[in-house]
Amino acid sequence: MEILLQQLINGLVQGSIYALVALGYTMVYGIMGLINFAHGEVVMIGTLVTISVAGLLLKLGLPVALAGGAGLLAAVAVCMALGWGLERIAYRPLRNAPRLTPLITAIGMSIVLQNVAMLVWGRNYLTFPAIAPKAQFEFAGASFTAVQVMIVLVSALTMAGLLVLIYRTRLGMAMRATSQNPQVASLMGVNVNRVIAAAFVIGSALGAVAGVMVGSYYEIAHYQMGFMLGLKAFTAAVLGGIGNLAGAMAGGVLLGIIEALGAGYIGDLTGGFLGSHYQDIFAFIVLIGVLMFRPSGLFGEKTGDRA
Amino acid sequence: MLEVTGLSVAYGGIQAVRSITFHVNEGELVALVGANGAGKTSTLKALARMLDTAGGDVHFLGRDITAIAPHRLIREGIALVPEGRGVFPRLAVAENLAMGAFVRRDKAAIAADLDHVYSLFPRLKERAGQLAGTLSGGEQQMLAIGRALMSRPKLLLLDEPSMGLAPIMVQKIFSVIRTVAEAGMTILLVEQNAKLALEASQRAYVMESGEITLSGNAADLLGDPKVRQAYLGE
Ligand SMILES: Nc1ncnc2c1ncn2[C@@H]1O[C@H](COP(=O)(O)OP(=O)(O)O)[C@@H](O)[C@H]1O
Ligand SMILES: [Mg+2]
Repeated sequence: MEILLQQLINGLVQGSIYALVALGYTMVYGIMGLINFAHGEVVMIGTLVTISVAGLLLKLGLPVALAGGAGLLAAVAVCMALGWGLERIAYRPLRNAPRLTPLITAIGMSIVLQNVAMLVWGRNYLTFPAIAPKAQFEFAGASFTAVQVMIVLVSALTMAGLLVLIYRTRLGMAMRATSQNPQVASLMGVNVNRVIAAAFVIGSALGAVAGVMVGSYYEIAHYQMGFMLGLKAFTAAVLGGIGNLAGAMAGGVLLGIIEALGAGYIGDLTGGFLGSHYQDIFAFIVLIGVLMFRPSGLFGEKTGDRA
Repeated sequence: MLEVTGLSVAYGGIQAVRSITFHVNEGELVALVGANGAGKTSTLKALARMLDTAGGDVHFLGRDITAIAPHRLIREGIALVPEGRGVFPRLAVAENLAMGAFVRRDKAAIAADLDHVYSLFPRLKERAGQLAGTLSGGEQQMLAIGRALMSRPKLLLLDEPSMGLAPIMVQKIFSVIRTVAEAGMTILLVEQNAKLALEASQRAYVMESGEITLSGNAADLLGDPKVRQAYLGE
């Protein structure tokens, strides 16, 4: 029972991170049918920028909260610029190309960003600065940290903010209209190029927030960390129904919980043959299962909103 | 108001519209009729900047609009109700109408125009909160026209508003088109249903294989034996 609760908490935390990253995939897909495989690398850059900025400010003797806040803001700013640049330089020229072309470009951009990160931050694992409080809590036999609480709260608030943006603002309405019929949206006066750029920029900002969370959670970072995280978040987006906002959120949390439960019980399930470090296989079992049996995902693209 | 001179439209190497010239005066309802594939939709799409032109020019209120950015056109005062309606299926009816007023900031006037659209199409008011994709074809046509009116256009382009609709719905839609025209709106109406279009309009152009082959008073064209034979099934 305690193990179950503990794994549910761990899964919720990990899932909150997946959900934020998955939103970046799903927003871009919803608006232009592109899977931006470089999105995981955007998240990675967010983590590494925070390490540099917050680390430097801490060394200069600034208070932890200030250094952490500045690190987060810097990550958000850099990732937004990166998302904007990716769209502008890599994808916009391919708007009318066959579908495979931008997909291959996305994989190419992901390799480019990894290499840039390796050149800037090196090949070694980096320690994430201690910008989050260290407190620990107990509840019904399960324990969780202040960082975990913050991850879930910030993630929930960020997603609520996104929903307000998409459903309550002029830009959000333009994004929804564009995802449904870009030609007619343009007739209505929507600058479709700007709306597509906005989807990239907003998705990247969410990715930056997720990047800071990943860093604070695992306290370690690396230029290749975006690959697996991106793949998992993509799986979460597919699980929820790619293109569907609520689906990305639910898919992220669900995938986190599936993984955590899987990791908690995989030893028992396989008679000790596989240890909990095999937890990654669950994401891919989920991905293959969804693609085989329900390619439109749990919340199928048709019923929900794309933006 | 609208001056089209030598307009051509091509898809790849294939010319869909071949150097056509026509005009629409302020306050007129002008029809562009012709069989399926004649090039009517291509003409409207070129006017609305959904397609690049392959030649010729388009002046609207004295301004050349042939190369204007597509999303700027509505600010010039041109609204297109596209063939097949093009409603946003997963936006509510009211949101679709709000999209029509997307470039406007005059809140009070927008609210007044919304009331006006709802008075033209009471059905839309009843369904304001419903997703547009759940409406019938006729209701979607009403929505598409209402959405275009929400931009307060100076020129309204209508592409086959009768397409795929039951006769009773066609009558409803056309009675609203007449009402809007009588209130002073300038309209260019594209229709395959020549009789309907000629009866509603003052002047008309007949298109065949990308060219304008006949033009004149709608009443005269209605009486023209050639037109009656080719388009009115006599
Ligand atoms: N997207 C397209 N690609 C290639 N040819 C097209 C396309 N759209 C229309 N056409 C061709 O252009 C011609 C005119 O079509 P269209 O303007 O739709 O005529 P209408 O609206 O009068 O039925 C037709 O021969 C049609 O086959
Ligand atoms: Mg047509």
